[in-house]
Amino acid sequence: MSALIGVVLFPGTNCEYDVIEAIEALGARGQLIWHGDSSLGACDAVVLPGGFAHGDYLRPGAIARFSPVMAAVEDFARRGGPVVGICNGFQVLTEAHMLPGALQKNRGLTFLCQPAELEVVTSRSALTDGVEVGTRLTVPINHFEGNYTCDERTLTQLRDEDRVILRYRPNPNGSVGDIAGITNQEGNVVGLMPHPERAVDPLTGSTDGAVLLSALIRYASRAVVTATAR
Amino acid sequence: MTRFEALVEVQLRAGISDPQGATIEKALPALGFAGVSEVRSGKAFRLAVEATDEEAARQQVDDLCRRFLTNPVIEDSAVTIFGPSCS
Amino acid sequence: MDVDIHRALGLTDEEAESIERLLGRAPNHLELALYAVMWSEHCSYKSSRIHLKRLPTEGEGVLVGPGENAGVIDAGGGVAVALRIESHNHPSAIEPYQGAATGVGGILRDIFTMGARPIAIMDPLRFGPPSDPRSRWIASGVISGISGYGNSVGVPTVGGEIVFDECYADNPLVNVLCCGVLPVDRLVLGRATGLGNLAVLLGSATGRDGIGGVSVLASAGFTGDEEIEAAKRPNVQVGDPYEEKRLIEACLQLLDEALVVGIQDLGGAGLACATSETASRGGVGMDVDVTAVPRREPGMEAWEVMTSESQERMLAIVTPEHVERVLEVCSKWEVRATVIGRVTDSGRLRILEGWDGEVLADVAASTLHEDAPLYDRPRRRPEEADRLSQDLPPTETDPGADLLRLIRDPSWVYRQYDHQLFLNTVVAPGADAALLRLRGPGVVPKDGRSRAIALSTDGNQRWCALDPRLGTSLTVAESALNVACVGARPVALVNCLNFGNPEHPEVMWQLSEAIDGMAEACRALSIPVIGGNVSLYNESRGRDIHPTPVVGTLGLVDDLERRPPVVGLTAGDDILLVQAPGTAPRCDGSRWAAEVHHHLGGRLAVADWAAHSRLIAWVAAEVSSGRPNGIHDVSDGGLAVALSEMAVASQVGYQVDLGEAPSAADLFGEAPSRVVLSVSPPERAAVQAGAAAAGLEATVIGRAGRDRLVVPGAYDLPLADVTRVWQEALPGSLALPGDA
Repeated sequence: MSALIGVVLFPGTNCEYDVIEAIEALGARGQLIWHGDSSLGACDAVVLPGGFAHGDYLRPGAIARFSPVMAAVEDFARRGGPVVGICNGFQVLTEAHMLPGALQKNRGLTFLCQPAELEVVTSRSALTDGVEVGTRLTVPINHFEGNYTCDERTLTQLRDEDRVILRYRPNPNGSVGDIAGITNQEGNVVGLMPHPERAVDPLTGSTDGAVLLSALIRYASRAVVTATAR
Repeated sequence: MTRFEALVEVQLRAGISDPQGATIEKALPALGFAGVSEVRSGKAFRLAVEATDEEAARQQVDDLCRRFLTNPVIEDSAVTIFGPSCS
Repeated sequence: MDVDIHRALGLTDEEAESIERLLGRAPNHLELALYAVMWSEHCSYKSSRIHLKRLPTEGEGVLVGPGENAGVIDAGGGVAVALRIESHNHPSAIEPYQGAATGVGGILRDIFTMGARPIAIMDPLRFGPPSDPRSRWIASGVISGISGYGNSVGVPTVGGEIVFDECYADNPLVNVLCCGVLPVDRLVLGRATGLGNLAVLLGSATGRDGIGGVSVLASAGFTGDEEIEAAKRPNVQVGDPYEEKRLIEACLQLLDEALVVGIQDLGGAGLACATSETASRGGVGMDVDVTAVPRREPGMEAWEVMTSESQERMLAIVTPEHVERVLEVCSKWEVRATVIGRVTDSGRLRILEGWDGEVLADVAASTLHEDAPLYDRPRRRPEEADRLSQDLPPTETDPGADLLRLIRDPSWVYRQYDHQLFLNTVVAPGADAALLRLRGPGVVPKDGRSRAIALSTDGNQRWCALDPRLGTSLTVAESALNVACVGARPVALVNCLNFGNPEHPEVMWQLSEAIDGMAEACRALSIPVIGGNVSLYNESRGRDIHPTPVVGTLGLVDDLERRPPVVGLTAGDDILLVQAPGTAPRCDGSRWAAEVHHHLGGRLAVADWAAHSRLIAWVAAEVSSGRPNGIHDVSDGGLAVALSEMAVASQVGYQVDLGEAPSAADLFGEAPSRVVLSVSPPERAAVQAGAAAAGLEATVIGRAGRDRLVVPGAYDLPLADVTRVWQEALPGSLALPGDA
């Protein structure tokens, strides 16, 4: 049975269909999970997709983190389940303190929808599992608040613990340390601003996003999710 | 010339729809904030001006609000002058 | 006050008399307000309807033509495409961000009203010169508003135009086109049927938003209390993309579950329009309980509630047994839903103060629409037309410098728009046309074919100022050729007619001529007009804007096997110019004449419609074959600009021979029916033979390669320098200091 990947839908989310289409094209199964649900069902992995949950009002992710589903997502992550936040999903994960730091407005103070050149910094995460360090990928970004920010101590810790997974080459939005994506200590919770689901079909451009999503599908198929928190 | 500190609060005019305020207000009961209502969002700017006196400082900031910080068609501003400051 | 109140509401004495005749009595204030908004130019098209009838509206695949919320084309495989274009010019002049944002919101509702999922937005924009600070403020605000609303609401913006011209200084043109996809069998129309069915208002609460023309009624009841009077002032509408996003999802779910018999968006004239229009189209009546309408502000009167243009609202007609489920679906999406009306068999629109309360208004619903006045306003060819046509442009050119003034990379704007959502965007903004896979969430062609749609929006105020008839026909010609350049065959067109004050006979003449030109081109190319919008009273600094008909062309591709050739050159390729025989470009009315010499005058090149049709078919076939490496339509700025845009986009130089001493017309002249191709030498003969067989001229004009842009006798420029000027032109003139 192929991996079942749950895709969380908050009101205002808009990349949910795209994520499902992309992972299904890569052989996994996708399932929408409503933000009001308090269970994730039988998912092997969870994606918090891009969009504007709750209109991004107040701050991106600030209201979404209190949705009922987030307690289940946090519990799933604590038990070792793979959780990936893409763009707005990354913002939700930082607001929920599942990942450190915050996403500020882009340096240029405009929204940016364009291809970004990325470098894989570590293979030790749910999204880069088995991907060679140093691999260059072209994956679109699509955000206003994508400028990753954290204090000096956190940045040092992220580097020391090999938790920066993707770096911009070059940096489009002012992110500290050119950070495009990070992971938690266990490697099962990942947040990134680029949209891998937008780069899986040669008709629409790059297929480099498939490298990352395929890694997630592999990781999800063999991840051991314990019955209780570790 | 004296240095005055100013606080400019920019708010949507009364009657103008404020989706952000309304969305935040709708989220509050679920977080346990029961008695909170009439949430209106806005922006605040802090700035310092050099002027001969408080009235001149206020005029300058008012003018700045009208010409740049707000679009009077939808926004009101409130200016508070602090000072003269010691620096 | 009472005697003249109809005048204050914008109704003429004759219009007031016919209202009294229709009612058989004197109307009360609320009734007068209903007629005033419904008979306004904006809602009734009273000055233009008589002319719009001349447009061809029928053709293969047309499921819905003009008159509904959007035109609909059968695209094959059980999938239909809904298309509409609108203007939001005047609101954008006052509050650029919100004006543009609510323009996007309004057009989306027109599309999902038809049962279609909106999948693409295009924004043809026209502003005053960037050197004017107010025009810059308007342009930046409009672009941010489109970005802010469109990105958040989750519909990609895949293209448009950005044009600067003195004539738009105080009156920008903010047009917005939206395209949606739907299963053919989900098509719904905005009509009420079924005695006893209920009208359910969905979405935002109603405030005093956009109560423009009828706000004079506020002073009819002047209280003397300043605070109350200030609160009564009409408000600029503020868009809420988050509300709209939930409204889209809720409405599409209601339609998927077949819970509504009709649905209508609330746009201009708000509830007055939505209730009377659904009733009138369905041949029924409607009772509306005005006290049931949820309000955002206290103290609103019935006329304010009925004419408010508060955003993000829809009216659904629901059978009583489905009401509970409708409320349930709406509650899931956190969309407010309130029963406010009942379908009756009286044919009358009655506004009630509570179901059993006072009747505040009682009019025949159809009279608000079908009996709206129809004017054949006086038309006169402008006196200056002859002088203008004899005023030929200068011929002096400093080719290299002129070229650098005419190239402008629009990507600084387009990267502020999400143009990729739904994974459909094959050709992104900035090319001749956008190309999208024909599908949307839950909507996929049933026959398994890889279908695609192409979209292009085009307008040319200079051509239309010189000759509105010919200029408009050439605009259609260019738009059709644009969709062919990404491999599509043009199948339908929508138009947004932006003109000045219709009470000026010269403006009415321009409008009438433009419609004739559009009709002529559409007939010649067999493209039906499936919808349109007319925006009049566009005046800036006391002058009417240049006539600016903007068209949006829809093209179809039945089998998209590969990405089409890029707007670009491949090193080592031959550069071919393919055109209709006898094409002679002219500088009259060209962008070069306007931007280099500030000149507008002369006579336009004419189109050979038979040759143009052959060119469109040949280009679409050639693109689909995958044979050329690059292709670009030659339009404003002429051949030099087309070649240079290809060069900078692909970072490949060229050497092109245009004779010993190329003239301004050779370099920058404009004419219909021309494309440039980049073709590898082994393919060249076949391409030329194919073009010749189609009755077209295909000439090798040069070779692609190296890092310089060279036309001997004209210019020789380093690619890097041209690229820098191209990239910096737009952000340099529009961005705030410090922008990346």
